Amino acid sequence: MFRVSLSFLAVSLLCLGLADIEITTLDPWQELRRIAVGFLTPDVSVLYTFRGAMINTVTFAFCGIAVGVGAGSVLALFFQLTAVRLLCAFVRAIHEIFWAFLFLPVVGLNPMCGVLAIGIPYAGVFAKVYAEILQEADHTPLKGLPAHTGRLSRFFYGVLPVIYDDVKHYTSYRLECALRSSAILGFIGLPTLGFHLETAFREGLYSQTPAMLCGFYLLIASLRLWVKPKLVLAYVAVSFALVSTEINLRWDNITRFLGHDILPWPMRREGFLDGTGEISFPAEQVWEWVVHLVRTEALPGMWNTVVLTQVVLAGSGLFALLLFGTICRHFVSRRRFRGLSHYVLIVLRTTPEYILAYVFLQLWGPSMLPAILAILLHNGAILSYLTGQNANLVRLRMDSSRKKMNRYFFEVLPRVYGQFLAFLFYRWEVMMRESAILGILGISTIGFFIDSAIADDKVDKAVFLIFTTALLNMGIDSISQIIRRRLRVSAGAVFAHQQ
Amino acid sequence: MFDLERVSVAYGAARVLKGISLRIREGEKAVIIGPSGAGKSTLLKKLYELRQAQCAFIHQDYALVAQLSAFHNVYIGRLDQHSTTHNLLNLLKPQKAELSQITPIFRAIGMEEKMFARVSTLSGGQQQRVAVGRAIYRRSSIILGDEPVSAIDSHQAGGLLELIKSSVDTVILAMHDVQLALAAFPRVIGLREGRVFLDLPSEEVGEDTLADLYRRS
Repeated sequence: MFRVSLSFLAVSLLCLGLADIEITTLDPWQELRRIAVGFLTPDVSVLYTFRGAMINTVTFAFCGIAVGVGAGSVLALFFQLTAVRLLCAFVRAIHEIFWAFLFLPVVGLNPMCGVLAIGIPYAGVFAKVYAEILQEADHTPLKGLPAHTGRLSRFFYGVLPVIYDDVKHYTSYRLECALRSSAILGFIGLPTLGFHLETAFREGLYSQTPAMLCGFYLLIASLRLWVKPKLVLAYVAVSFALVSTEINLRWDNITRFLGHDILPWPMRREGFLDGTGEISFPAEQVWEWVVHLVRTEALPGMWNTVVLTQVVLAGSGLFALLLFGTICRHFVSRRRFRGLSHYVLIVLRTTPEYILAYVFLQLWGPSMLPAILAILLHNGAILSYLTGQNANLVRLRMDSSRKKMNRYFFEVLPRVYGQFLAFLFYRWEVMMRESAILGILGISTIGFFIDSAIADDKVDKAVFLIFTTALLNMGIDSISQIIRRRLRVSAGAVFAHQQ
Repeated sequence: MFDLERVSVAYGAARVLKGISLRIREGEKAVIIGPSGAGKSTLLKKLYELRQAQCAFIHQDYALVAQLSAFHNVYIGRLDQHSTTHNLLNLLKPQKAELSQITPIFRAIGMEEKMFARVSTLSGGQQQRVAVGRAIYRRSSIILGDEPVSAIDSHQAGGLLELIKSSVDTVILAMHDVQLALAAFPRVIGLREGRVFLDLPSEEVGEDTLADLYRRS
């Protein structure tokens, strides 16, 4: 474990040297002052003015989760097939924003775009997690059922009660994630909270932003109050009703997209020039197109994505190791201070990385710095929270050292390090996905090239780049799983702590 | 009812039952005794496999659904005899018909007030009673039980054994409490190292026979 940690740290330091970090704004402090002033004078009326966007944020999330849970449950039943597992891994590997990019040319700026952008990757996630929960559930109650019990009865009496708590826990955690995804889809044009947040930041309307952010935090914090298992179906039904009023799906859009638009330009060129729209296959030119794209955009984009990912991987880890003690009763005896730290961590982990990055971008201009800090703070907060919770479960002997340093290094850290490392590696592919999309904000990770391609209406380039990013992500996920298995650490128990 | 002719069972390389020949008629009440590892559980499982639909099995680890109530766990005893719709309805809300049939069972096992308690909140002895109740509710012709009263004090265990015997025709239980077993059952089958060591009416089982059965080899 120690060796793996050190080698990753070394790689990250190397990448830190390669990363492009600078502050390019003329006067970052002035902007910061304006933000602070805006923070102290929040304009709460925007929550009413933009109530449509707030409602959309919620309805997109519920519909997306419904699609994800529905499709994911079905897929989970077939998870023993390699094809299903690969499909789910591929679908998971593409960030919701990139899925939205894929659906924009097909369905337009439409609720359906948002719902599918959330639902499809989430289906892949739910399939995997539900399959794991099913596999690891206790099967002994099943032998107590009569031999010829029907399949459905067997499921509802012998399987569902056993997995119910785990499924409920994970699904409600995912609902929170879906709300975050829904909010940031607004940054690319969909009618959710992110849309108005972006406008407010861009126009310097800093009184609006804290109000909207606080509204969003309250929404997430209050989830436990109004999302009860018995009401969820009602919420989903209402959400679908509200969303479907604007659906405008044309079948020829889909066929044109899949059969024409996503094919490389050389294949469409002749048909374009002579007006027939026919597809040809000039093999050599297609190959040149691929090579050129890979050399000028895919490789630089992926390289920068990987550099950023490695930096934040170690950074988040160090952040968590330094700060998890602040919510741990073995190091901070005063409940009030632990509570304060608790809330800071909750705010940091509720705020989507995209929004954090956007704020830092306003302050410091486009370089890797905003992205590094955004991903580092968000994931570091998650890791600190989980590790701190684990540390709180540790029972110290009565005669263990009172010195905090001794406690930390000899008693607490060794006991929590395994799970900490497991979860850090679990988040690795998440950090890579986030690094990829932050390119949309102007740093040269792959998202930059994908965003440019979509802006230029070059769907073929975008699809190619998204596809290669997905493969990179799947690669990182595989390495992460191998490392976790080698170290024999499991992130499974961590899900029990997800809130 | 059961006619085993030199049956052997092996788990991988380990031979657990070595050529068992046994005949058990309808209406017999027999108990299987013997040292640990003799093959009692394996023999019971083998008997169960032969007549699955007519048997109710009481597992050594109870095999209850911890997250459901005691009521639902007993109901599971007849899960294959109701339609799926009826089962689902009963899961959401206990149906009157079932309540009228299951409540007397809970009264008989002495757990009426815990009928709707979650099984995970019950003690080991209470959980075992629920497992017994489930077997009785099935109203099958045979009850097979692997240590069905092991977690219940000997004072009450006798009463529970009588309840089991009066509920069905054929009863075959494995027990480690020899005194209780001899007192409650007319036929005793002793297993030792995977073979039938003795198969006698309980009055004819003497102290020295038992000593030989349980002797450490």
